[in-house]
Amino acid sequence: MKQFRAFIKKEWFHIFRDRKTVFILFGMPVMQILIFGFALTNEVKNANIAVLDYSKDAKSAELIHQIDASRYFDVYTSLKTSSDIDRVFKAGTVKMVMVIPENFTQNLEAKNKVTIQLLADASDPNLATTLVNYASSIINDYQKQYFTEKLPLVVTPEIRMLYNPQLKGAFNFVPGVMAMVLMLVSTMMTSIAIVREKELGTMEILLASPLKPLLIIISKTIPYLFLSLINISTILLLSVFVLDLPINGSLFLLVSLSMLFAVTCLSLGILISSSTNSQQVAMLISLMGLFLPTIMLSGFMFPIENMPLPMQFISNLVPAKWYFYIVKDVMIKGLGFAAIWKEVLVLFGMTLFFLVVSIKKFKLRLS
Amino acid sequence: MNNTTNNGREVVISATNLTKQFGDFIATNAISFEVYKGEIFGFLGANGAGKTTAMKMLCGLSSPSRGSATVAGFDVSTESEKIKRNIGYMSQKFSLYEDLTVTENIRFYAGIYGLSIPVIKEKTNVLLQQLNMESQRNVLVKALPLGWKQKLAFSIAIIHDPAVVFLDEPTGGVDPITRREFWEMIYSAANRGTTAFVTTHYMDEAEYCNRISIMVDGKIEALGTPSDLKKEFNSVTMDDVFLKLARNAKRIGD
Repeated sequence: MKQFRAFIKKEWFHIFRDRKTVFILFGMPVMQILIFGFALTNEVKNANIAVLDYSKDAKSAELIHQIDASRYFDVYTSLKTSSDIDRVFKAGTVKMVMVIPENFTQNLEAKNKVTIQLLADASDPNLATTLVNYASSIINDYQKQYFTEKLPLVVTPEIRMLYNPQLKGAFNFVPGVMAMVLMLVSTMMTSIAIVREKELGTMEILLASPLKPLLIIISKTIPYLFLSLINISTILLLSVFVLDLPINGSLFLLVSLSMLFAVTCLSLGILISSSTNSQQVAMLISLMGLFLPTIMLSGFMFPIENMPLPMQFISNLVPAKWYFYIVKDVMIKGLGFAAIWKEVLVLFGMTLFFLVVSIKKFKLRLS
Repeated sequence: MNNTTNNGREVVISATNLTKQFGDFIATNAISFEVYKGEIFGFLGANGAGKTTAMKMLCGLSSPSRGSATVAGFDVSTESEKIKRNIGYMSQKFSLYEDLTVTENIRFYAGIYGLSIPVIKEKTNVLLQQLNMESQRNVLVKALPLGWKQKLAFSIAIIHDPAVVFLDEPTGGVDPITRREFWEMIYSAANRGTTAFVTTHYMDEAEYCNRISIMVDGKIEALGTPSDLKKEFNSVTMDDVFLKLARNAKRIGD
């Protein structure tokens, strides 16, 4: 116990005396949450659109006003002729053009049928789709508002975005950032911390001392486990109070499963540190071998359902994917353990596997 | 400690046909020798001769493939935990934590050897006094000159009064005056009964040892006092002795 205390104390000195480490540990999570929350968002807010209104009557003006009033669109300009459409798209000032045909009110009331054309700049396909969807739903609302009684029976699909009605990007990236930060802190920092001892030659001294190898690993990782807990708390606090993202499920379940993932990452960190003797290599392996797959294959940036089958298979091997599902289910959908036990089991199995392999490998190096 | 004696001298390290084999490669080939209490034993050999492997086995870091050895009365194959408690180890990198202060380093290493806090405090004060480093006690180790780091590392390696201290090329990169002072520290530790097991590249340092062994291609080719060896190999200096032996080596150093 005395040895353990002395060791942990030393680790704290290492962590807090290096400004870069302190920055990565505490600045990184905050920065990532803020960057993803406010800068890198795929939400559409106040997109500029243009309107080409051939009817110019009361009802069409009302529709345009409703579009303009929504928080998704700003009617940037009104066009006179169809040749203007090409011009405004090429100028890049608007992302969508809405064309309202002649005799809007008349046709609507008499025939119950009008066609509104929505033209979107699909050079950014995701944005174009989002804009068209938003505009369609505003138009739908509009027609319901005025013509419900007169309309004959029509089938109108009613779309409800469950769990995330405002389509907030934060619902997706907060779980992603949690996975990334835990990877950074637990895997990269731990592997670097262990490899640094090898580079310095202090590892030899530690191994030649009465400290048991297992105790060395545990005391090297405990501080990072603790820091992971602090980081998880920081991220959750920021997402609740800054990004208005509620925690719908059990906080206890969320935090304990995050700690499980932190242990997964720690064991990966130990595994990396036992396969290299240089801090740079440890960092490269952590970044290229773990951080990139976490971003690409966890479903956080790109939906796994859209990937080709082999990639979908590979994504199953990325621990972050399972953690990402767990966080989404618990935090956003508010589901309990019964709904995620399979994911937890997979993550737990992976953790156990990495832990056993990394400790075995660490011991192997000794003999 | 149940140390054996040989000709009235207490045996601290005893190796019998100690062998380490990695696949087909025999790193250390059946070496046998004895080291006595309070002795300074030089362990020489070119790079790749098998010194490090032998030393690792004696420190309990690696178990022998064949043969046996005892250190401080404990068997290297079965009692490595007890061996680790009774040895000190200092590597050529001096192995101090640069971002820790002098006292923090002392406390950490004393702490992992399980010394109690009052003992650590007392030892720290004595050690700093001996090294004349009292005013530097709260200085980060990275700010110290190399020679001071080296002396500090040695004092820390023997802070728990080990039976044997293993010194792996302890004077690398240090100026001759500091080296001289360092050897005085080894002598004084040896006089207090701590056996020093030293590997070195410097042949002038080999002369400071009570006895030396020279390893070539995994085997001990020569063992004796420096003057005996010079006589045996008909040489004036240890350098000559070493060259005569090492010239026949087949392995290329790493």
